[in-house]
Amino acid sequence: MTVLHATPFRVGAASWLVPVRASLVSLVGAGLLFLLVAIDLSVGDFPIPVGDVVRTLFGGGDEAQRFIVMELRLPQTMVAVAVGAALGLAGALTQTMARNPLASPDILGITEGAAFGAVAVIVLSGGSGYGGGLVSGRLQELGLPLAAFTGAITTAVLLYVLSWRRGLDMQRLVLIGIGLGATLTAGTSYLLVNARIQDAASAQVWLSGSLNARGWEHVGPVLLTLAVMVPLALLLIRSLNAMLLGDDAAQGLGVRLQLTQLGVLIAAVGLASVSVAAVGPLEFVAFVVPQVALRLTGGSRPPMLASMVYGGILVVGADLITRAVLPFALPAGIVTAAIGAPYLIWLLVRTNRRRTV
Amino acid sequence: MNARHRLGAEEITVGYGGDPVIRDLTLDIPDGMVTAIVGPNGCGKSTLLRTLARLLKPSDGRVRLDGEAIDAVSTREVSRRLALLPQSPIAPDGLLVRDLVGRGRHPHQTWFRQWSPADEQIVEQALRMTDTWDLRDRALDQLSGGQRQRAWIAMTLAQDTDLVLLDEPTTFLDLAHQVEVLDLVTRLNRERGRTVAMVLHDLNLAARYSDLVVVMKSGVVVTIGTPREVFTSALLEDVFGLRADILDDPRTGLPVVVPVSAPAQAAASGGTVAGSPSAAAASCGT
Amino acid sequence: MLVVLLLGLVAVGLLSLALGSRALPVGTVVDVLFHDDGSEAATIVRTLRIPRTVLAIAVGIALGVAGALMQGHTRNPLADPGLLGVEAGAACAVVIAIYSLGVDDLAGYAWFALAGAGIAAAAVFAIGSSRGGPDPVSLVLAGAAVSALLLAVTQAIVVRDSDTLDAYRFWVVGSVSGRDMSVFWQVLPFLVVGLVFAALSTPGLNLLQLGDDVAASLGLTPWRQKAMGIAAVMFLTGGATAACGPIGFVGLVVPHLARRLGGVDYRWVVPYSALLGGLLVTFADIVGRLVVRPAELQVGIVMALIGGPAFVVLVRHTRTVRL
Repeated sequence: MTVLHATPFRVGAASWLVPVRASLVSLVGAGLLFLLVAIDLSVGDFPIPVGDVVRTLFGGGDEAQRFIVMELRLPQTMVAVAVGAALGLAGALTQTMARNPLASPDILGITEGAAFGAVAVIVLSGGSGYGGGLVSGRLQELGLPLAAFTGAITTAVLLYVLSWRRGLDMQRLVLIGIGLGATLTAGTSYLLVNARIQDAASAQVWLSGSLNARGWEHVGPVLLTLAVMVPLALLLIRSLNAMLLGDDAAQGLGVRLQLTQLGVLIAAVGLASVSVAAVGPLEFVAFVVPQVALRLTGGSRPPMLASMVYGGILVVGADLITRAVLPFALPAGIVTAAIGAPYLIWLLVRTNRRRTV
Repeated sequence: MNARHRLGAEEITVGYGGDPVIRDLTLDIPDGMVTAIVGPNGCGKSTLLRTLARLLKPSDGRVRLDGEAIDAVSTREVSRRLALLPQSPIAPDGLLVRDLVGRGRHPHQTWFRQWSPADEQIVEQALRMTDTWDLRDRALDQLSGGQRQRAWIAMTLAQDTDLVLLDEPTTFLDLAHQVEVLDLVTRLNRERGRTVAMVLHDLNLAARYSDLVVVMKSGVVVTIGTPREVFTSALLEDVFGLRADILDDPRTGLPVVVPVSAPAQAAASGGTVAGSPSAAAASCGT
Repeated sequence: MLVVLLLGLVAVGLLSLALGSRALPVGTVVDVLFHDDGSEAATIVRTLRIPRTVLAIAVGIALGVAGALMQGHTRNPLADPGLLGVEAGAACAVVIAIYSLGVDDLAGYAWFALAGAGIAAAAVFAIGSSRGGPDPVSLVLAGAAVSALLLAVTQAIVVRDSDTLDAYRFWVVGSVSGRDMSVFWQVLPFLVVGLVFAALSTPGLNLLQLGDDVAASLGLTPWRQKAMGIAAVMFLTGGATAACGPIGFVGLVVPHLARRLGGVDYRWVVPYSALLGGLLVTFADIVGRLVVRPAELQVGIVMALIGGPAFVVLVRHTRTVRL
């Protein structure tokens, strides 16, 4: 057990501690993810054997295969991987900073803010679904994620402002987030009630979290945000580790609390917002994945890298299930909730069984 | 007291938003000694310690570290000179002792130097000195109260600072563990020359383990002195509302506080109870 | 104070009968209440406004009491009856009823909603209890998990069938309009049972605030008290949701106001919560009818618009905030 814990890795004067078990878990996860991606790419109206898929990914394959895999299916799968990674990381960051496994960007109200923005666009733009209306075609395709993103960020800013009172208290932040979320949900319901049924139906599809019909334009923003936020998260890890010991001890160790909290919030909100803008709300991913990763790596906090990898696994897995396993099409968000909620229930039952009064 | 001091408070007033808990308080923490801060509940002793540790900001006055106002020193720099063990520290489940102690190196590490050989050496020293070397691969939440507290002290040790502040390090521990922890604190001071300031609620432990005692009441310092100077029946009655005798510990010669209670007096018919014939009369009267 | 609130409730009730897209003078309203003279005013008052007023008051009372009990049992001033998964259960059952059984009237929904609420409540109770009875934190977590699961099922149906969605979206927003008295009579037994449980468990609630151990040493059986209290919450919330759909924030905000008036003695806080809840929901309904005349804002929306900011203010002013 000692050997497996962490080994120092030194290059000249520089040195890092490499968590051995966590790295192994991430590595295995990455392999699993690659496999799932390959399977996901092989499934569809024209099934392509997995071996051919892999070959095509590395440059081979014939023209038809290359078209189907690279142009048609890869974007959707990449969205799944990117969003899964983003949500996993966002969840890990939030839960570590709040020192609370209940915390996740989902409950901070930003998902509801995004939903409000997106539904507003769908319902108020006057067209029928994604088709016509004031803002048509391509522009509306971009407008929808943009509105969702704006809704999310606005809610986040509002949340920060309302929670700030001589400093940032995590519990207060979470509770105000819940309140904001509930109010925004009511607003969204109102929009849905006053919409035409076709618009309401389109909105409902978006609200259930869907990976369908996603192209490179959806992948781009998510990957970009990951490229910015992952380094930020890596920089914050040391301070987060100290913050696990409580605000007082962390300050005693030289951590700048306000700055670290702000950094984590920016990263988590950014990642969650861009994910929900791309595919709609995917329930439970940000909440469940870090907890699962934590149990796999056996650490004292949700691991960042492993959460990203296993987030990708969950979302790609959900996509695979909706496309290949289920007899009828179902938005991915429903599948992730259907996996995540029972897991939480099982966790609870197990904890309660062990508890002595 | 002419002792040199690196850390001190100058006329500080501190509160939590309402009325100030501490008013206009000046106190120097002398170098190289163990100072205990005692006082009744709510007197502000934890508030004082936390202000000295820069966790709280005084609304008036300033805290000085090495001659400068502590606010002007960066958080990181402060943490290299001053270590704090907070009251009831929390740690996540599953955290190993070695990891906890390792965190103590945080102020000395950068993103590029996260685990140098020096870090490893200092952590090992800290573990050995606190007798937690054998516990290093165990999870904190599986240790006894005394072992856990020793691990936390190892962490502050690993921080390698000259000044160590401890906020009620022995609350919730049983007597054997209290003694264990404070013996360690004494060793830290005697063998390593660390300056220690600690808040204690147990007067006898304060008398036994400190060089200097600061007595507080209602946000002000009532008196400072050696345990023998400070612990008198008069002071105990005045500050704590406690009627007590002061005896001498036969082994160490240090003062021991022995409370006197009314029923015991009534039961001890005819027996001599030192120092309180008036107390007997008073209890009968009220 | 109790009398003041009671009178206030009657006044607001009358207002509710009088105001709306067509304002009627109070005198006419009182007249018409006592004899039906077949006039237009009588129709408006009797068929449209009496049911919604009665429902608003009933639902308000139910949710107010449920909220007070919830906060008392979880010892957390920020608890809300909706946390127990009851509303999600009701919604899911309603959607299933619409989709697979073609139920399309509000009275029909009510039965299914009650059933769904009951099943969800039982599940949450079972998951969230350890050997010592229901545990507050676990209950909330279980509520969140069960709600998410049921929501997923609800969404799965609603996203595939727009007819179902069409009916569902009006129910889920929380409204007292469009319902007649039959809905009220349907849920009344459940509300009454809930209130009885509430009345029985309230005195013990004061003792439970001191902790299970202390309460037990004072002669209480903690798990029985908790079970009764939680059962009351579930009956009341289930009945209210079955009648009018999920209405948020009432159970959350009202007990705080009640505590301002009645201190920490739950024997006063619970009745005050009942009356304040009735007042608040009826008031919200009136506002909803007036602000966007001749259209209307549903009660659930108005409550969110009032309750959301109120909740934020509450959280900002609570010293120690615990999840």
